[in-house]
Amino acid sequence: MKLSGWLFRHPRSRLAILIAAPMAWLVLAYLGSLTTMFLSAFWSVDSFTGRVIKNFSLDNFHTLFTQSVYSRLAVRSLSVALIVTIIDALLAIPIAFFMAKVLPQKLRSFAIVLVVLPLWASYLVKTYAWRTMFSNDGVLDWLLKPLGISSPGYGLFATSLTLAYLWLPYMILPIYAGLERLPDSLLEASSDLGASAWQTFRSIVTPIIYPAIIAGSIFTFSLSLGDYIVVKIVGGKTQLMANIIYDNVGTAGNLPFASAAALFPVAAILGYLFFVRRSGALENF
Amino acid sequence: MRNRVKVLAIFGALVLVLSGCSKSNDSSASAVPDIPMAKSVGDGEGALNIIAWAGYAEDGSTDKAVDWVTPFEKATGCQVNVKVGNTSDEMVTLMKTGEYDGVSASGDATLRLIYGGDVAPVNTDLIPNYATVTDFLKGQPWNSVNGQMYGVPHGWGANVLAYTNGKVTAPTSWGAVFDANSPYKGKVSAYDSPIYIADAALYLMKTKPDLGIKDPYALDEKQLAAAVDLLKQQKLIIGEYWSDYTKAVQSYEQGNTVLGTSWQVIVNLINSNGKVKVDATLPEEGATGWSDTWMISSKAAHPNCMYKWMDWIISASPNAQVAEWFGEAPSQTKACDVTADKNFCATYHATDAAYAKQIHYWTTPTKECLDGRGAICTDYAAWTQAWTEVKG
Repeated sequence: MKLSGWLFRHPRSRLAILIAAPMAWLVLAYLGSLTTMFLSAFWSVDSFTGRVIKNFSLDNFHTLFTQSVYSRLAVRSLSVALIVTIIDALLAIPIAFFMAKVLPQKLRSFAIVLVVLPLWASYLVKTYAWRTMFSNDGVLDWLLKPLGISSPGYGLFATSLTLAYLWLPYMILPIYAGLERLPDSLLEASSDLGASAWQTFRSIVTPIIYPAIIAGSIFTFSLSLGDYIVVKIVGGKTQLMANIIYDNVGTAGNLPFASAAALFPVAAILGYLFFVRRSGALENF
Repeated sequence: MRNRVKVLAIFGALVLVLSGCSKSNDSSASAVPDIPMAKSVGDGEGALNIIAWAGYAEDGSTDKAVDWVTPFEKATGCQVNVKVGNTSDEMVTLMKTGEYDGVSASGDATLRLIYGGDVAPVNTDLIPNYATVTDFLKGQPWNSVNGQMYGVPHGWGANVLAYTNGKVTAPTSWGAVFDANSPYKGKVSAYDSPIYIADAALYLMKTKPDLGIKDPYALDEKQLAAAVDLLKQQKLIIGEYWSDYTKAVQSYEQGNTVLGTSWQVIVNLINSNGKVKVDATLPEEGATGWSDTWMISSKAAHPNCMYKWMDWIISASPNAQVAEWFGEAPSQTKACDVTADKNFCATYHATDAAYAKQIHYWTTPTKECLDGRGAICTDYAAWTQAWTEVKG
């Protein structure tokens, strides 16, 4: 009783107690680990025993920037993330539009369940399923044989397609939410005024769902940029930037170099967010 | 604006504090850390966590008939948890966590573990079966330092050239996997680890003598560059690199791979599944190979169980079983009497010291050349970098 009275009289303390736990989590677990990662990027490793040598040096960054293989990897990773995002956007817009505007109300929640359903299956199971589909004499081979082409096999194409499949729900859901807020009357008004379907889509629908597409693209872009498992399973002989991080943590045991390499996706995503903010898409959130 | 400056200042202060915490720790690697050796073995602690190569600790879950873990558990009460390590690098990383009691380490991991202080010296007097282990495996540079053993020899063998029967004409040379005009373009696979550079170096050692390679693990800058060039050329015909043995098995079964470097155990698994028939050969150039050692962690939570395991795995019957399953020479001389295939030890030259010398066992490349040329060689970090470059 006394305590509640005290809290009532001290709104600032009340607020402090309330947000202490989440703030501690954010600062310690999240920003703290980011800082540690940033710092350890300047350390190095004894190449023989694998012990970390805590002396400041720029060697890791020197290697990252001067060896051409890393810039090639960076470009390749960004391209894959971008392609996955584009494929997902192209697939998700019609699907979300169909769900939000064409399907009768009572079927909509059912459609959402269908979209979310794949998320309940294990990521690895889905990726290995794609591995089987892309394999020699797999489903794709069988489908494409009548057309005289064979399966593209493992590689970047398979990687992009698999990633696009995996992250599609993350694109559909925000766009669907965006479209649901779009009143039907706007579409009707547009066609009453003589706009063609394309004009309506371009001038009415697109501006309204643009922030939703951006929201979805943040998921697909960052998830693709950080993924190293899919490319290991269906990537054949290629690798991405995330594999460099994985290889240096998991096999080479070179944590400092991995930290340095891990700053690349962080920088790329910060850059992307900055670009998105500049475009004004986040203002409607 | 003021706020931003404040945030920046706080961040800067944090950086300073954290970097102040980190003491510089620049001890050189040349000395072996002083880690006490066990004086006696007591009762088992009831559990044992080990890192093993695939096929080294079978409990009947792969094949009902293949089981030497369950009898060990019954005899000692040590419940065995096996973590399969896919590459030596992964094993070193896992051992550094200190969560495991022991590891079946190959020669490219052992010294790193010893000098890193991750494993303890082994008191071989506490391991009765050690006495009858093949002599040429004892006190070797990869399992001992200054005559002190750091583990017990498990077995040894060569990396083989595997090919799908009926799809590939039987190769006799490693040239088959390095040929730029290979008819099997896109269906060749290679091992995904920096240590695979040694395979290219071995091939160059035999085919390009003017490079002067004497030991595939002792490469100077020029020799490493030549090996990297060969591997980059090989990449054009590679369909897939493998590091995970289940993926390797699947790749042969689905026909994505028909030719490549492999392990006998993978070939055995494919043939026991029976979907395709794969043959393995030891090419004329010789081969890289492994000689594995069971080592005990310096932070082992279950040291008694680990000692019991080290004794068990080199006792005649389990050592014979693991050798036959994995396809390698057993380390225990008495194992040769109890193999299912009576000619097994002869086939794998188990007690033939001269043959064993021809295999180039995985070893950690170091700055100080292993062939005694001085400190002009490329070390493992350079190999890791080179391997990233090969994969592109």
